[in-house]
Amino acid sequence: MTEIIVVTSGKGGVGKTTTSASLATGLAKRGHKVAVIDFDVGLRNLDLIMGCERRVVYDFVNVIHNEATLKQALIRDKRLDNLYVLAASQTRDKDALTQEGVGRVLDELAADGFDFVICDSPAGIEKGAHLAMYFADRAVVVVNPEVSSVRDSDRILGLLASKTRHAERGDGPMKQHLLLTRYNPVRVEAGEMMSVKDVEEILGIPVLGVIPESEQVLAASNSGVPVIHDASSIAGQAYGDAVARLDGEEIELRFIDAPRKGFFKRMFGT
Amino acid sequence: MKLLDFLRARPKNTADIARERLRIIVAQERATRGGPDYLPLLRGELLAVIRKYVNVDPDAVQVNVERDGQHEVLELSVALPEQKLAVSGER
Repeated sequence: MTEIIVVTSGKGGVGKTTTSASLATGLAKRGHKVAVIDFDVGLRNLDLIMGCERRVVYDFVNVIHNEATLKQALIRDKRLDNLYVLAASQTRDKDALTQEGVGRVLDELAADGFDFVICDSPAGIEKGAHLAMYFADRAVVVVNPEVSSVRDSDRILGLLASKTRHAERGDGPMKQHLLLTRYNPVRVEAGEMMSVKDVEEILGIPVLGVIPESEQVLAASNSGVPVIHDASSIAGQAYGDAVARLDGEEIELRFIDAPRKGFFKRMFGT
Repeated sequence: MKLLDFLRARPKNTADIARERLRIIVAQERATRGGPDYLPLLRGELLAVIRKYVNVDPDAVQVNVERDGQHEVLELSVALPEQKLAVSGER
């Protein structure tokens, strides 16, 4: 059975694409056949984060409009041969996506034996974001520990509960996961940033993972290699944990506590 | 210098402020979610009418739809300001 997972947030710039790339890569590394789709028509970016921007010939919109076959548009990852990217169109506007067309592509992916389809949602609550979540079986809500991101995420939770196929069929609440990104345990400890617990309590959905703020995330996007490939980075390891949890494992959260400083260091050191 | 920093009063815990503000706004937005689209407009117009006669707070008018089995209940509550007759009488 194919599981469709939407990566969404409402607010822009919180790490949806970074997360989509790493979750898709991580699931593929675990042996699943995975496709990751960029729904941000007009502002294609997933291809850059996945490092396949120069291999895009046909895109999602071409497939929807029957200008290319799905096979022609799926870009096979250069590291993992069970991972495929479907790029967004760079030239069309967001009306180029249709519900019927998106549904058809997802059905075709299911028929092709994909285990997971990751839908990378655009920011906002317009058509692209709506269609990215509409067919989903599960949702990963990406949140920064910051007021506007949390509030927008709650709005998205409302839409997930009402404006999706899952909700329309009356299948009960969709499985929703909270993924906190740009988490800084030192600032949390100093009372400058909300904690995992705070955000979890406000939004009321279980935590899938906490990705610590890390320089390696920028380094990874600079080089077009999803950060989960970087086993030496804490962000990469945290994504690895999140993927394992998504895949049903139970693992304790890591990297959520500030490194301990000794008494003297706190008093006199920097 | 570090010693002085340590002894000085701790800066305000802004994470707590954020959490409290979010708690309130999220609860408020969830309460109106799922209700009919006209609720905010209805609330605004009711507020305008009430304000013609009584100077109430913008938060004084609450409009909620509650589902009770088969039927829905539209609940209106208006908090009137406290009487300040004595004060206004002296002026």
